[in-house]
Amino acid sequence: MADQATFAEQAMPLMSSLYSAALRMTRNPSDAEDLVQETYLRAYRGFGGFEQGTNLKAWLYRILTNTYINIYRAKKRRPEETDLDDVEDLFLYHRLGGLEAATLGRSAEDELMDYFTEAEVKDAIEALPDTFRMAVLLADVEGFSYKEIAEILDIPIGTVMSRLHRGRKALQKRLYEFALDRGLVGTRSFPEPTSARPGP
Amino acid sequence: MTGNCNDALRELYEFLDGELTDERKTLIKDHLAGCNPCLEAFDFEAEVRILVSTKCREEAPDALRQRVIDALRACDPATEPAAESDA
Repeated sequence: MADQATFAEQAMPLMSSLYSAALRMTRNPSDAEDLVQETYLRAYRGFGGFEQGTNLKAWLYRILTNTYINIYRAKKRRPEETDLDDVEDLFLYHRLGGLEAATLGRSAEDELMDYFTEAEVKDAIEALPDTFRMAVLLADVEGFSYKEIAEILDIPIGTVMSRLHRGRKALQKRLYEFALDRGLVGTRSFPEPTSARPGP
Repeated sequence: MTGNCNDALRELYEFLDGELTDERKTLIKDHLAGCNPCLEAFDFEAEVRILVSTKCREEAPDALRQRVIDALRACDPATEPAAESDA
């Protein structure tokens, strides 16, 4: 049946990307696999309503997030939005930003890639409350535009921007805690940001 | 810090996310060209983004691919609608 072939041809290559998001959302491989399978089934059943030529990936993500919200979030409620607001702008930069200067010839990118393990970055993402986690994943991992994220999550663009802003700050705070735990930076007596650095 | 720094930093994420108009983008680029502290901050934030996107990629397991293919076949509307299939 042609429709099914078309669907499989277009949707199957996107599975790793959807699985990545599903794993960050559910936080465990078994639930993530169930979520991806359910997403594909729902998408396939609704494929007639998908307008060819529009963004299939965004459409699949919309189904994925709706399915997640319907099934998994209802199952285990978690506290939301805990202390997300006490993080200043450029949180990590003010604390780690000068370090690359100490090791000559290395870029900030190399430094950060070495500082943080995959497990730490994933943990920092997974520690975010659902709504912020989704926004950050869609923007920073999948590279969706604000408009696409607004459509996927069915929220206004202003809300997308504020969730991203707060989610990214909370993520940086968590990463910094890892850096402190492993002694990658000094103790908490690390100097506070001074006016020499740009700030809000 | 000049007013320009504040303007640039306020739009930092929109700039990095590619969401600014060409006009705003140019203003920020001009500012960054002459303001090293802001340039460093922008660079750092860009690298954090790369860190997150690089370290959060997963490969869908082969078993999952097969499961989905099987499930799609099982729910082919031409045959039997919504048959519950579990691998």
